[in-house]
Amino acid sequence: MNFFRYSSPSTFYPLAGKLIPWFGWSALLLAIVGLWIGFGLAPTDFQQGEAYRIIFIHVASAWMSMFIYVVMAFWSALALGFNTRLSGMMAQALAPTGALMTFIALWTGALWGRPTWGTYWAWDARMTSELILLFLYFGVIALRNAIDDDRRADRACGVLALVGVVNIPIIYFSVQWWNTLHQGSSVSMVAAPKMAAIMLAGMLVMAIAVWFYSIAVVLMRVRCIILERERGVAWTGQLTEPGTI
Amino acid sequence: MSEFLAMGGYGFYVWGAYGVTALAIMAELIALRARRVNAVEAHAEASRR
Repeated sequence: MNFFRYSSPSTFYPLAGKLIPWFGWSALLLAIVGLWIGFGLAPTDFQQGEAYRIIFIHVASAWMSMFIYVVMAFWSALALGFNTRLSGMMAQALAPTGALMTFIALWTGALWGRPTWGTYWAWDARMTSELILLFLYFGVIALRNAIDDDRRADRACGVLALVGVVNIPIIYFSVQWWNTLHQGSSVSMVAAPKMAAIMLAGMLVMAIAVWFYSIAVVLMRVRCIILERERGVAWTGQLTEPGTI
Repeated sequence: MSEFLAMGGYGFYVWGAYGVTALAIMAELIALRARRVNAVEAHAEASRR
């Protein structure tokens, strides 16, 4: 199978349409299972009481907020390097969902911080760098809206996305590099997790649910973008026939 | 049930976190749906000309 076949908008559009229901419904199913583990099976935390249950969306959305940025930077690099149309569209489609995930991470973090640390917000390295991530997403979205020509917008946003990627390791390692109010990682690639297995299971299921949700939503958005940007191009004529919406 | 909703006194924080997350996701899905309808309409109009 030749994956490059799907590198043009005309072949990717129907493929995305086929993938959306699979990722969308899987996301819903996994979210139900994850919430059932998180609220039904996982016991009350002996230190934090029930407040810790915010973890099941906080960690998943925080991971996703960083990962989406890296993927956006990857597509931006392809768009800049090879000047391919679909790459710029993918980068464009990722930004709003990335911003949403960052907002959810910050919001749930604030509501978790208040009962456990006694404050909604502190200017510590982890929280500040995550807030900068939100501003980077806003910057990419605003820059695109400010440029009428789509291909020029791809290049300008691509440069901004690539420069901003330096923030991702800063967020990730902030809890090691500085003394932060935010705790260190509970889950690591190189050490045993510092939490109960059932809590970890709920967190991981929710993380996969958020992954699938993001994939489904970004594919939906990239299909809109293809329609908007390829307007008047011959192949799109067949897309808007009855029953394809 | 009310014990579940109270979340051991942390109901405001837990449901505030989950509630706003649910609203944000719904807003994204509704906005996407509207964008899709607009894109398809604009497209149909362009191809009629």
